[in-house]
Amino acid sequence: MTKPLALLAAKGISKRFGGVQALSDVGFTINHGEIYGLIGPNGAGKTSLFNVLTGIYVPDGGEFVFDGEPLVNLKPNDVAARGIARTFQNIRLFQNLSALENVMIGRHVRTHAGVWGAITRNAGARAEERAIHKRAYELLEYVGVAKRANGLAKHLAYGDQRRLEIARALATEPKLLALDEPAAGMNATETASLRGLLDDIRRDGTTILLIEHDMKLVMSVCDRVLVLDYGKKIAEGTAHDVQQDPKVIAAYLGGEVTLNLKGTT
Amino acid sequence: MKNLLDVRNDRRLLWAAFALVAVVLLVLPFVLASYGTFWVRVTNSAILYVFLALGLNIVVGFAGLLDLGYIAFYAVGAYVYALLASPHFNLHLPFWIALPLGAALACLFGVLLGAPTLKLRGDYLAIVTLGFGEIIRIFLNNLSQPVNITNGPQGLYMIDPFRIGDFSFAKPEKIVGLDFSGPIKYYYFFLAVLVVVIIINIRLQDSRIGRAWEAIREDEVAARAMGINTRNIKLLAFAMGASFGGIAGGMFSAIQGFISPESFVLVESVMVLSMVVLGGMGNIWGVIIGAVLLSFVPELLREWVGPIQTALFGRMLIEPEVIRMLLFGLALVLMMLFRPAGILPSAVRKRELEAPAK
Repeated sequence: MTKPLALLAAKGISKRFGGVQALSDVGFTINHGEIYGLIGPNGAGKTSLFNVLTGIYVPDGGEFVFDGEPLVNLKPNDVAARGIARTFQNIRLFQNLSALENVMIGRHVRTHAGVWGAITRNAGARAEERAIHKRAYELLEYVGVAKRANGLAKHLAYGDQRRLEIARALATEPKLLALDEPAAGMNATETASLRGLLDDIRRDGTTILLIEHDMKLVMSVCDRVLVLDYGKKIAEGTAHDVQQDPKVIAAYLGGEVTLNLKGTT
Repeated sequence: MKNLLDVRNDRRLLWAAFALVAVVLLVLPFVLASYGTFWVRVTNSAILYVFLALGLNIVVGFAGLLDLGYIAFYAVGAYVYALLASPHFNLHLPFWIALPLGAALACLFGVLLGAPTLKLRGDYLAIVTLGFGEIIRIFLNNLSQPVNITNGPQGLYMIDPFRIGDFSFAKPEKIVGLDFSGPIKYYYFFLAVLVVVIIINIRLQDSRIGRAWEAIREDEVAARAMGINTRNIKLLAFAMGASFGGIAGGMFSAIQGFISPESFVLVESVMVLSMVVLGGMGNIWGVIIGAVLLSFVPELLREWVGPIQTALFGRMLIEPEVIRMLLFGLALVLMMLFRPAGILPSAVRKRELEAPAK
């Protein structure tokens, strides 16, 4: 059987918080091996979409089909087990643990030693522990923070914390890596090397969903882009096409807003 | 403090230190017995507190879940043993059956407490666990009607001591020329169990499960996003902590021979929590030191406060019973002011206290 082309298909996703319609009827598909961008002005619903996808919120309507199977009412940990790993807009590392420990915790979901293994330290548990350690270190090397493996997460430079979060997410062996503004707060050099990392991750077989405000990064790295505004999808397509879309330009420049105000009063 | 830490880096010194501690612990009861069996009993009760503190440390120290009703599990373990090995129901099961059963039931109660409180944290969790502890005690107090299960406030008595064949832990006897009193026999038994419990704790902390507890304590949202099933991992912490409490309870039953709901009041929960916090939440050795100190200091004060007053003022001004808890409380306050992370803080906990998470 051949793999279906779409890794993730979203249909009619809606989410309301009180009087705010954070997402209305959002649909899109992400193909295997893509870097898929998610952009939009502040408050457009990008992070809400992430939270609905990763099980932090339950959507009011719509469904996600991931790797051929629907994600229905799954808890965040089940979503991670199914193969979607994420990072957070405001970095959420285990601050007081070392970089290495952070990534080792990411291995939790793909390893099995329980209480019995922990207490008896039998051959299986010891081998697994060694493998966790080894893999965690490899991932730190992969993202380029291996030198600070034993440093505390909170003492890492800002850019390194972002990279560490990516390493921790990769430790869960995701099929889809969802990054929430990984370049936020990075300087141009750091952003450029982040682009290299994203390309590496895609080349090594992980599909990426990327929320980002840095348009240069989005346009250079993303295969396709989805644009949200006020919780609605206003455009989807290649980076080049989306840039030319008048609705997108209006959303970013605020033209549409003035029109809407006129229309409703 | 510095050279104490350096010892850890030198394996040979470490083993020498361990050997020294082992020898001291092995001859300790005979030295204490020369001052009176009372001190051997205090030591035994200190070991029971170490069990409790280590059990509570799993819940509070490792997983970061504040539990103010921990003594309930001690009570469950104690009552299960007492009911299965006393004239009350005329059951006299051997301890190697009654003790694990007590631990198992305590474990079940741990899960029962954990399940409805999974979404609670901090203060809210503390209140619920506090209520749970009281509920258990009140049940024990009132389950004498309509069917007499717990014998109410009168408690259960003539509880069997530990017995292996003809060897009873309660009976004094001479072995290889040494006088082994009941408490001394229990001491060695408790010490053996303690070694096992410490090893279990160390290994749990440094394992996949221990890391998951740490992750939950640090950031629950991130932990879940990393695929950690926070429900199961929290329940596991409650269950493990409760089991240790249950074992300690059974031992308490056997060595006392008498238990009543009076032994399981809120103050006991607070005491065990103080041991964990004072010693250093999350640090196994710190917690042990905390438990030993808080068990011995009040007893030592009871002994010393009287004579010191007579020496200083020529007569007894304040009853020892009154002043010893006063001094004890003062010591706790000073301790928390000057070493808030505990006597031997866990590395991670110390960092958390130094710079509160954003």
